[in-house]
Amino acid sequence: MEYRPARFEVLRNMDKCNGCNRCVKECACGVHYRSDSGKLCTRDYACVDCQRCVETCPAGALKIALNRNTFHPNDNWSERYIGEIYKQAATGGVLLSSMGNPNPMPSYFDRILINASQVTNPPIDPLREPMETKITLGRRDREIVRDASGRIAPKLVRGLSADVPILFSAMSYGSISYNAHAALAMAAKELNTYYNTGEGGLHKDFYAYGDNTIVQVASGRFGVHSDYLNAGAAIEIKMGQGAKPGIGGHLPGEKTVGDISATRMIPEGSDAISPAPHHDIYSIEDLRQLVDSLKEATGHAKPIIVKVAAVHNIAVIASGIARSGADIIAIDGYRGGTGAAPTRIRDNVGIPIELALASVDSRLRQEGIRDRVSLIAGGSIRSSADMIKAIALGADAVYIGTAALCALGCHLCRSCQQGKCNWGIATQNPELTKRLDPEEGARRLVNLVSAWTHEAEEIMGGMGINAIEVLRGNRLMLRGIGLTETELRILGISHAGE
Amino acid sequence: MAIYDAASLSGREINEIIKKEMDAKITFTGVNGQRFICDGMKDKLVTVDGVAGNASGAYMDSGELSVIGNAQDAIGDTMNGGRIFISGRCGDATGYAMRGGEIYVGKDVGYRAGIHMKEYGDDKPVLVIGGIAGDFLGEYQAGGLIIVVNTERAACPLGEDYAAGMHGGKIVVFTDCQPAPRAGVQVREVAARDIKEIEEYMRRFCTFASLDYSSEISRKAYVLEPMGRNPYKRLYVNN
Amino acid sequence: MLEGQVRIPSGCAVSGFINKDRTLTDGSRIIKSIACMHDRSNGLGGGFAAYGIYPEYKDYYALHVFYDNSEVKAECEKFLDKHFDIVNLSKIPVRKTPKITDEPLIWRYFVKPLPTKLASSQLDEKEFTVKCVFKINSYIDGAYVFSCGKNMGAFKAVGYPEDVGEFYRLDEYEGYSWIAHGRYPTNTPGWWGGAHPFCLLDIAVVHNGEISSYDANRREIEMFGYKCNLQTDTEAITYIFDYLVRKIGMSYKEACDVIAAPFWNKIQAMDKADRDYYNYLRRNFDSLLITGPFSLIIGHEGGLIGINDRLKLRSMVVAEKGNTVYMASEECAIRAIESNPDVVYAPKGGQPVIAEVEYGI
Repeated sequence: MEYRPARFEVLRNMDKCNGCNRCVKECACGVHYRSDSGKLCTRDYACVDCQRCVETCPAGALKIALNRNTFHPNDNWSERYIGEIYKQAATGGVLLSSMGNPNPMPSYFDRILINASQVTNPPIDPLREPMETKITLGRRDREIVRDASGRIAPKLVRGLSADVPILFSAMSYGSISYNAHAALAMAAKELNTYYNTGEGGLHKDFYAYGDNTIVQVASGRFGVHSDYLNAGAAIEIKMGQGAKPGIGGHLPGEKTVGDISATRMIPEGSDAISPAPHHDIYSIEDLRQLVDSLKEATGHAKPIIVKVAAVHNIAVIASGIARSGADIIAIDGYRGGTGAAPTRIRDNVGIPIELALASVDSRLRQEGIRDRVSLIAGGSIRSSADMIKAIALGADAVYIGTAALCALGCHLCRSCQQGKCNWGIATQNPELTKRLDPEEGARRLVNLVSAWTHEAEEIMGGMGINAIEVLRGNRLMLRGIGLTETELRILGISHAGE
Repeated sequence: MAIYDAASLSGREINEIIKKEMDAKITFTGVNGQRFICDGMKDKLVTVDGVAGNASGAYMDSGELSVIGNAQDAIGDTMNGGRIFISGRCGDATGYAMRGGEIYVGKDVGYRAGIHMKEYGDDKPVLVIGGIAGDFLGEYQAGGLIIVVNTERAACPLGEDYAAGMHGGKIVVFTDCQPAPRAGVQVREVAARDIKEIEEYMRRFCTFASLDYSSEISRKAYVLEPMGRNPYKRLYVNN
Repeated sequence: MLEGQVRIPSGCAVSGFINKDRTLTDGSRIIKSIACMHDRSNGLGGGFAAYGIYPEYKDYYALHVFYDNSEVKAECEKFLDKHFDIVNLSKIPVRKTPKITDEPLIWRYFVKPLPTKLASSQLDEKEFTVKCVFKINSYIDGAYVFSCGKNMGAFKAVGYPEDVGEFYRLDEYEGYSWIAHGRYPTNTPGWWGGAHPFCLLDIAVVHNGEISSYDANRREIEMFGYKCNLQTDTEAITYIFDYLVRKIGMSYKEACDVIAAPFWNKIQAMDKADRDYYNYLRRNFDSLLITGPFSLIIGHEGGLIGINDRLKLRSMVVAEKGNTVYMASEECAIRAIESNPDVVYAPKGGQPVIAEVEYGI
C-alpha cells in the first residue's frame, strides 16, 4: 500500500464549471483529468498548489485549499513530517525540495526599523531633487597617480557599475527555461544592471547581452571556456549557495536536452553533476589560485566575484576571500532559493543573511580591508525595504532571485525539482516554456526593479541621503525591535528608542 | 624559436610574452613554479624548462605546452583544446573538468586526476598517464578518455576510489591485475575497438616518451566504463 | 549623557577670514563677526581657531588640553614627558566671566617628539603626534587634547561664542587666519571638548548642519586608524580631510571634490578629462561622500576653505576685500567687520571656495 496524503485539495464549483477542459490542459502535474466516463476528476495528492488552473480557469470555478482532511492533530508529529516519512519509506530517497527555507524562522529584516529626518536635518524630495541609486562594485584603488602637470591621472579600475543596487542572482539555463533567461537578460540590459548565468553556461543567443551578464564558474565547470569567460562583464566563482551550503548540484539527465546540453557542453541525457567542492580549491590559498587563473585567462580585465553561502564562520571566510584577489563577495543567506536542494539541507544549514552580512561588514572594517571588496547580499530580499536594510547593514548591492521569478509568474509552489513548472519557468518542456513570453517577462522585471528603486529613493530621501553609497554601512539609520542584546550586537545597531 | 630566461619573470609576465611574441615557438628556461602559464592560450607552441606552476594550461584553447620537467597542481584545469606534454610527474587534480584537448604525463599523477572530465560534440578530452595515478582517478568522469600506461609495470597502477561517480567516458588501464569493479562502473578486458580508439593517443604518447608503440599496446589492459549516464536517478524523492 | 556616549545633532553658525598676505589681526574682529549671529547658537558651545599665533614656537606642536582634575593632569604630563620634548608649558590665560562656568583645567604645551621615540616608532613626526593625541584622548580618562597643530590653536568652551572669545582673551592673540563657531546642540552635552572647532594637527573644522552620511563616513574612516570618540560630524569631517590630504596626498580642492562630488548625471555631461577625474574619485572614494546639509569652514596652515553640500541645504556667504577673504553663515557676520567688501557672493552647492596664503613674503 502506498500512502499519498494530499496537502491540498482542489475545490471545483460545479455551478460555475463549464467543462471546457482548460484545467486538464494547463496542469502538467496531472491533477485534473477526465475519467473513462468523461467526468472531470482530480488527483489531489499530485497538486503542488501552483495556482495555474485557478488563474487560467475562464469560469473562475477553481480554488485550491489546504486539505480539510486532517491527520490526528499533533504539534510535534505534524502532517508534514509524517508525509515525508511515508515518501522516504516508499522510495528510500533523499527528500528533494525547491526554493528557500519555508519554516517559521526569525526574519531580522522584519525586526529592523528605518530612520527618517525630522527638524535637525531635512528629508529630500526624490521626485524633484536628485537621488542617486547608481552603484559601482569592485576594489577601491586609492593610490593617487599624478600626471606631469600635477593633475590626478584617473586610473581605470576593474569593476562593475549599475544604475540600481539590484542584480539578478545566478539561475542556470537548465534550472530555468530559455524564455526565463531571455527575460532576465533583456531586463538587465534595459535596467543597466546584471543578470547571472548560473553554472549552466551561456546560450549563444545571449552573448549579445554580455555587458549585462555575469558568467559563473562553478565546480562542474559546465560551459566554461575562454570565450565564455570573456563574454561577460564579470566572472563569479560559486563556492556555495544559501539554499544548500556545502553540497553540489545535480541536473538530472532528462533535463540535459537540446540547447541545455549544447550550452552546458555535455551530451544529451547525461547527468550534470556539480561536485560539492571545487576540486582545485581545498584551502584559501587555492581560491587565490582560481581567482588568479581566471584573471590570467581574461587579461585582468574582468572583476571576480566569489559567491559563498552564509555559514557559521562567514566573517573570517569573507576576510580570507577579500585577501585572495576577489573584487566582490556575494553572500547568500539560508533563506535563499534554488531549483532543487535536499529538503534537510535547505531547511537546516546556514545562517540568516542579515547576521552574516553585518558580521562580515564589521569584520572587514575591523581588519581595514572593507575597501578591497564590494559585498552583494542575497538570500530572500523580498522588498525594497529589505534591500535598504541590507545596504545600511553593509551591502553594496543585493541579488534577487526568487523575487525575480515571482515577477515572471512564479507562485512559489516549491516544486521546481519536478521539472513540470506550469508557469514555464523551471521546466524545459516546450509545451510549458512557451507559456512564458520573454518580452512580457522582461517588462514585468523592469517594472519590479523600477518600483523598488522608486521606493528606495523615497526611503533614502526620508533619511536625507541622496547617494546610495553613503547608505552603505550607515547603521545609525537602523534600529532593532524586539531583538536581544546579542542580536543587536551582531547587527551593530541600537534598539528602537535608544 | 624565441627563448626567454624565466628565472625573474612572474607567470603573468610569461603570459604577456606569449601573447605578444611574434614567433609561434617560444621556450622559457629556468621556470620554477610560475603559475597560470598558457592560461586561455590559443595557437602558440610553448616549451617550459623547469617546474610548471599550479593551474598552468587552464582554459587552454589550442596550441601546445611542453614541460621538460615536473608540473604542480591543477594542470589543464577546464582545458578546452590543444595539447600539454609533461615529461615528469604531475600534481593533484590534473585535467580537472577538461572538455577537450590532450594531456600527456610521462610519469605519475597525484590525487584526483581527470576528475569531472566531460565531452561534448567533437570535443573529447584525453589524459594519458605514463606512470601511476593517485586516488579518485576519474571521479565524476562524464566523458573523455583516460589512459593509464603504467610504463613501470606497477602491479596496481590505480589508487583508491577510482571512477567514483563515473557516468561517462572511458578509462583504459594497462595492468596485469584486473581492477575491482566499482558501483555503477563495469570493468572488462580491453577489446579491439578500444585499441582502435586509443591508438592515436598511445602512438603520440610513445613518441613523446620514447617508447616502442607495439610493445606497449600489446600489453594486458582493462577498460572501466559507466553502466549508465544517470548514476543518481533513484537517489531522490520529490518533496 | 556626555558627548561621545550619544550622538547629538546640532545647528550652528560659522564664520572665518584669512589675510592671504599673512598680515596679523587680533581676535576681537572674529568675535565681533560671530557675535552678530547670536541667534544661531544656544549658548551650549562656542569656539575659535587661529593661525599664526605662536610665531616664537612655530616649530613646536602646540597642545591645548582640558583636564578634569590635577591627578589626570599629572598622569597626562607623565605620558607627554615620555614621548615629547616639552619646551614650554603653562595655563592658558583666561578672563573670568559669569557667563562661562564649570571650567576645566586648561593647559598648553609646546612640544616636539623625542627623537629616540620617534625613530623607534617608525612613524613620521605628524603621525607620531596624532597617535599620541589619540592615545591621550582615548585612554586617559579626564584628559582631552583639543588642539595640536603648529603655530595655531583652538579655543573653545560651553557658552555663547562671543563670551568664549572674551573668556580666552582672544583680543590678545594675533593671527593671519581665524575661524569661529557658535553651536546649537539639541540637548545639553555640558562638556567643553564637544564644542567646535574640531582640530587635528593644523586642520580645524567648523561646521553647520547634520550630515546624513555620518555613520557610513565614520565606519569608513575608522578603518584607517581614526577613532570617532565624540560622534560628531565635525570630528568625522576633520578626519576625512586629514586622511585625504595628509595620508592619501590629495590637495584640499581634490578632497572637496570627494566629499561633495558632483551628481553622476552632471559628471556624464562633462568633458572627458573632468569626467574621468570625477568618475575616478566617486568610484574609489565613494564612502567619503558627505550627504545631508552642511556648510563647512576648514582652516589649515596654508589657507581657508569654505564649502557647502551639493544640494546647498545650508547657507554660506563669501566676501573679498583686498587680500582678505571672508566666509560666514550669514552676510551680516561679514559686514559686521568689513562694511565695504570688494565682492560678496554665495558659492554654489558643492563648489569649494579656496583661499590660500601667499608664500614667499
